[in-house]
Amino acid sequence: MTHASDLVRVKDLSVSYSAAGQSVPAVKHATFSIGAGEVLGVLGESGSGKSTLALSLARMLPAKARYESGAITFRGRDLLQMSEKQLGAVRGAEIAIIWQDPALALNPVMRVGQQIAEVLRAHGSRDRHERVERVQGVLTEVGFQHPSEVASAYPHQLSGGQRQRVGIAQALCCRPSLVIADEPTSKLDSALQVEILALLAKLRALHNMAYLIISHDPAVFAGWADRMLVMYAGEIVEEGSREQVFGHPLHPYSQGLVRLSGAPAGTPRQLLPVITGEPPDLTRLPRGCAFEPRCPERMKVCAASPPASSTPEANRQVSCFKYE
Amino acid sequence: MKSYVARRLARAVLLLFAVSVLCFLLTRLAPGSFFDEIRLNPQISPQTIAALQARYGLDEPLPLRYGRWARSVARGDFGFSIAYNTPVAQLMWAPAKHTLLLGGVAMLLCWLISIPLAVWSAAYERSWFDRGVSALTSLFISIPEIVLALALLAFAMRSHALPVGGMTSVGFDELTAWGKAVDIARHMLAPVVILVLVGTPVIVRHLRASVAEVLHAPFVEAARGCGIGGARLLFRHVLPAAANPAISLFGLSLAALLSGSLLVEVVTGWPGLGPLILDATLARDLDVVVAAAMLGAAMMIVGNFAADLLLLAADPRIRTGSPDAG
Repeated sequence: MTHASDLVRVKDLSVSYSAAGQSVPAVKHATFSIGAGEVLGVLGESGSGKSTLALSLARMLPAKARYESGAITFRGRDLLQMSEKQLGAVRGAEIAIIWQDPALALNPVMRVGQQIAEVLRAHGSRDRHERVERVQGVLTEVGFQHPSEVASAYPHQLSGGQRQRVGIAQALCCRPSLVIADEPTSKLDSALQVEILALLAKLRALHNMAYLIISHDPAVFAGWADRMLVMYAGEIVEEGSREQVFGHPLHPYSQGLVRLSGAPAGTPRQLLPVITGEPPDLTRLPRGCAFEPRCPERMKVCAASPPASSTPEANRQVSCFKYE
Repeated sequence: MKSYVARRLARAVLLLFAVSVLCFLLTRLAPGSFFDEIRLNPQISPQTIAALQARYGLDEPLPLRYGRWARSVARGDFGFSIAYNTPVAQLMWAPAKHTLLLGGVAMLLCWLISIPLAVWSAAYERSWFDRGVSALTSLFISIPEIVLALALLAFAMRSHALPVGGMTSVGFDELTAWGKAVDIARHMLAPVVILVLVGTPVIVRHLRASVAEVLHAPFVEAARGCGIGGARLLFRHVLPAAANPAISLFGLSLAALLSGSLLVEVVTGWPGLGPLILDATLARDLDVVVAAAMLGAAMMIVGNFAADLLLLAADPRIRTGSPDAG
């Protein structure tokens, strides 16, 4: 589904990693878009390709990754055709990343205020005093009461939650139009998770940024994601609004994930609804649907060839033979 | 912080005392004495030699001689050179300045060359540049200093491109201030080149390894994701985080300022401490030898202390933890 107001359009994107002389597909034929100011959630198990998908939007994949096909159009420009220098002007200024582990994403020997100022400097802020002021402003915005004290602290002097706030301040200081957050709360304890997610939601309302949020945990999307992608074995198997995907999921894999998250905490292990079987081995995917070996509703046709994407309802897509 | 410095100073004084006792004992226990050569001369009677030895106190028991030496150190004389008939401090002052000049210039050049070489070869890992740097550093690490020195001397003699020997030309005194500086620089060139060729590869190897490690750190990736790149990323973000091993190495090169160039000085005829110490050792002018050893030990202590202070200044993680722990 594409609209004129789309900020990002990803068309038929395929990415693979070369490992031990072998090419392993990580993302296969992904097509989706993110509107200006929209929150798009990507749900999937580890190894489903969701992080690869997210990082490819900033062209931040490691050197061993290859863009096999497709196009990523950001505000009318194809990111895949950009030079490293052009990308440097986009990263941090227009597309920003919030990293999973705030303890690792900050430079241990640089004051955090300086680390934010470095981003401002990289994107054209020439005046030192102006930078200091803007650093204080953005630190206040992410909820610090004493921004100048925080600015002069080193990362190891801050708590995990404070470090993630600094990471968010660093990502947002140049007012990007797209923020990519790869598991932004998975390294934080649950009380902090709620706090950080509320902060992200507040900042989005304030500055009208679009978010691409990656998580394996459906709870992360609750209450604020506009639309959802569900990924399995490198493919987008379902797309729809949050209400649609969580309210009545179509793909058997999404149904499993939603059932799993719906079980009340403390349910005895043997009573938990589970998705049976192992996550797929990306080097040896089946000829048919990748989920077929684990699917409770598999049919004969599923093992023969992969399902095509179908549109059972408006604004909704699913790749499953049940709906063809 | 204050008590930390005080404790370090106290330990340094103790260490220097121990080194002085050891040096003093070991040199006096070694066979031979300054007057051995005269002894071979049949025209000089044993009585004369005995009188000479008594005059310089060489016949007294060791503790007494150490006490006399210690008093002379306290006076600032650092012993007495029999060969030159002057206090050691006076004798060593000018050569020490020359050695410091040579070592200082060489060290500065070593670091100025090493830092960009190491950072860029780590940044362009496995490129032709990196491979070239790696091959050259391996080559110069494996060639002994003396071979390098002789090769460069042979080149200088044949090509007449460089003056060799001493640190000034004939007629130095008539030159202008600028002319004097140029003349000294030309004489310094051969020993400096040797010292740089010997010193640079070690620094490049260590620094390249630590920079390469930091380059793979997630925070570098995060900085790149913020649009920070190029030289700014390498020298402002990566280098400070990779500096700790290099700072320790810097302390060592500081410690070697007065002792690292002795061999090169002897070979190229630079009028520094090298030739003086060599002559003193061969002639058993023992107070000079002991003073040189003490100077080396003192520089080692100063270098280590400087490195620790620099580490403290460079790495906030060390600073927050108690410095006394380190």
